[in-house]
Amino acid sequence: MENEMKIKLKVWRQENEKAQGKFEEYDVNTNPDMSFLEMFDVLNEQLITEGKDPVAFDHDCREGICGMCSMVIDGRPHGPKGGITTCQLHMRSFNNGDTISVEPWRANSFPVIKDLSVNRSSFDRIIAAGGFVSVNTGNAVDANSILIPKETADKAFEAATCIGCGACVSACKNASAMLFVGAKVTQLALLPQGQAEREARVVAMVNQMDAEGFGACSNTGACAAECPKEIPLSVIATLNREYMKAKMNGK
Amino acid sequence: MTLDSRIPEGQLGEKWTKYKSSVPLVNPANKRNLEIIVVGTGLAGASAAASLAEMGYKVKAFCFQDSPRRAHSIAAQGGINAAKNYQNDGDSVYRLFYDTIKGGDYRAREANVHRLAEVSAAIIDQCVAQGVPFAREYGGTLSNRSFGGTQVQRTFYAAGQTGQQLLLGAYSALERQVGLGNVKMYSRHEMLEVVKIDGKARGIIARDLISGNLERHFGHAVLLCTGGYGNVFYLSTNAMGSNVTAAWKAHKSGAYFGNPCFTQIHPTCIPVSGHYQSKLTLMSESLRNDGRIWVPKQKDDNRQPNDIPEDERDYYLERRYPAFGNLVPRDVASRAAKERCDAGYGVGPSKMAVYLDFRSNLMNKYGRAEANKMGIENPDDETLIRLGKEVVKEKYGNLFDMYKQITDEDPYEVPMRIYPAVHYTMGGLWVDYDLMTTVPGLYALGEANFSDHGANRLGASALMQGLADGYFVIPYTIGSYLSKEIGTKSIPTDHDEFVAAENRCADYINRLMGINGKQSVESFHRRLGLIMWNKCGMARNENGLKEAIEEIRSLRDEFWKDVRVPGKKDAFNPELEKAGRVADFLELGELMCLDALQRNESCGGHFREEYQTEEGEAMRDDNNYKYVAAWEMGQNNNWTLHKEDLVYENIKIAQRSYK
Ligand code: SF4
Ligand code: FES
Repeated sequence: MENEMKIKLKVWRQENEKAQGKFEEYDVNTNPDMSFLEMFDVLNEQLITEGKDPVAFDHDCREGICGMCSMVIDGRPHGPKGGITTCQLHMRSFNNGDTISVEPWRANSFPVIKDLSVNRSSFDRIIAAGGFVSVNTGNAVDANSILIPKETADKAFEAATCIGCGACVSACKNASAMLFVGAKVTQLALLPQGQAEREARVVAMVNQMDAEGFGACSNTGACAAECPKEIPLSVIATLNREYMKAKMNGK
Repeated sequence: MTLDSRIPEGQLGEKWTKYKSSVPLVNPANKRNLEIIVVGTGLAGASAAASLAEMGYKVKAFCFQDSPRRAHSIAAQGGINAAKNYQNDGDSVYRLFYDTIKGGDYRAREANVHRLAEVSAAIIDQCVAQGVPFAREYGGTLSNRSFGGTQVQRTFYAAGQTGQQLLLGAYSALERQVGLGNVKMYSRHEMLEVVKIDGKARGIIARDLISGNLERHFGHAVLLCTGGYGNVFYLSTNAMGSNVTAAWKAHKSGAYFGNPCFTQIHPTCIPVSGHYQSKLTLMSESLRNDGRIWVPKQKDDNRQPNDIPEDERDYYLERRYPAFGNLVPRDVASRAAKERCDAGYGVGPSKMAVYLDFRSNLMNKYGRAEANKMGIENPDDETLIRLGKEVVKEKYGNLFDMYKQITDEDPYEVPMRIYPAVHYTMGGLWVDYDLMTTVPGLYALGEANFSDHGANRLGASALMQGLADGYFVIPYTIGSYLSKEIGTKSIPTDHDEFVAAENRCADYINRLMGINGKQSVESFHRRLGLIMWNKCGMARNENGLKEAIEEIRSLRDEFWKDVRVPGKKDAFNPELEKAGRVADFLELGELMCLDALQRNESCGGHFREEYQTEEGEAMRDDNNYKYVAAWEMGQNNNWTLHKEDLVYENIKIAQRSYK
């Protein structure tokens, strides 16, 4: 076939959370228009026909929005290209003959379930601790009675585009979740709807983040560099500021 | 059993108000003792689970993804409709109601759709209160855009990520209830059976996808909010995990399936590029606001699109439907694209694509408006393009990036190539006005039910319906059932019916694992998808459907003889999950074909080639087919058809025209 690419994959295989893992090597034939995950489909098809165990990996939407896919590719979460998720990566970003290593997110707060799948429920618990506006269904006023300047709305939206994938944690040598938490705190701190719980929210979320075992932030910026949604590092500054203010007010 | 849609008496505009003020209530003390199971955590499920928990019910929520935030509602792009009339352009509840019934080609229930239109405005209020960052104007008010099948601007949006923002709003409400201890969340769990006791739904069997353990869960009522079944076609815009399993198991337990053949093929998706393709990506309908669809007037024109002069382009939608132009409903736009490609005018390497071109609006509409604002006189093309690009980027930036990522072509410079793809299913579990299925205590919400979109859903109406059902309908209608259940104590899960249901699930899994054949699950799914797409897709005919039924049956036999499910059953095993889902699709596919075969008319997304006008438009048969087809499953995939006659008291049904 025209354009055929031969790739050698070194894939992390780990039976379950407790088991020891190791890299295994596989040869796959692919082509430039294939997506990275479609290459894994091809590999798995191969493994199944050979009677071997296919590689478990997380994925769902395959269009960069659900945040489920999670592979560290040649040492980089979501691979070598900026601003995209693993499912949006295409083989045209690689060369015929390349060897590519693929590992799961690495963080104690994201235990491996199998192979490349990890458990990210710690993120849900952080949101449950405070990542919301307490407004029961039916309590709302007319939407246009809350006027929000376009600029503020746009900034809040930018922070709200986080897909909760966890690449930021995986990219950080301390496994810090500050970018993820900062994104939610920033979104709600900017909006009038978020004001009532502004201080309680940031403290509760940070406490939960610490309880989950995420590390501290040492301002290296690896998180923002690997974030597929390009959440800016400034959300961490906002998070710190919001936290200090809340603490000063005795929260 | 006769179908009773339980539509309240009274004038259309008063039904819901009267219903709400007369439906029996459950007092707070009793609510605490009533348990509700919610399966699926997309817009419908998350909003229902959160709202019911806020009211005081004890809720258990389930999703197969690793977090409720990943449900496929997250991928919805364009927007959500609401009859706010913020644009002062003549919108009203009645107009939204009317557009939806007409858009659905007169195959939806008046009362349900009117209720949907009535609650639409409150949805926007609720979402804004939660902090959903909708697009806004400079003055701080909400912004709107147009969608297909309407002539007003009633669509609210957040760039091309409206579903994401709405779902994150509902998800945060849900997580708040989880934090408060009112909802117990079970992620990475898949429902495998509805447990019925004395004819009522009383719980589910779910598989913990990490450990592989089967679990029994009791509930006084069970809500299925599990989305649509477009993945029966293998290639669709759905997420890889989207499936029919929960709804199908409910169907097997006695819930009727409504209008299974009503499928929405979305006109603007990125075309298939190769045999390895695993899914298709949608390009939001909102792009049709600013993009013009065309093909070359000349067959097999191999010139680059930008080299084809204006008068050699066929803007076929504008030509055929001058009143609505590029904003005709989805079914009409899809068929028109297919017609052009089948006639040999398609573009791109596969010739199965048409152009969606932004250049003229980018320059003439946006570029010029910006230039005017800035006082630039006689701007050259380059300036217009630069200025227009900025506006377009703000409106659709993420979609353009997505397109470029997949195709390696820049849609700011060259037209997008698009082709229709399976996107949504209007059919689903049959429900009455209360959203209850034919099994007492079992409800279906959102895309999982059949209820509001008739034979074709209008753009930006799915988000509206999912949230309407979850936030504003079920909290009331469930009271009518649960108020009679306050005397029912929680049933212990060692009850015989729970044990029997779990055993059935265990046997089923053993059977799947025990086949040990040679072919992968994926390969069966692909073959099924091809049959469905070719014979039960955008155009259908009697012969094709009959063939498809035979082919599906034999494929199903082959599956149960030769599929290979690797791995273990008591461990994390994505192949086993897939096998169960594909096994269900292999049954559903047959029912879809049967349904398409009995409906000897064309309506909405259901186009039977035998029934079309001379101009190739769909020909409905209101005398014989103005009904909802509700299928009851018997033994060994034998189905019985029940009909719910649709009564139009307020709308005069007419041939749908967008000309
Ligand atoms: S901040 Fe970025 S990297 Fe972190 S979870 Fe959100 S989207 Fe993923
Ligand atoms: S699979 Fe959804 S973001 Fe990659």
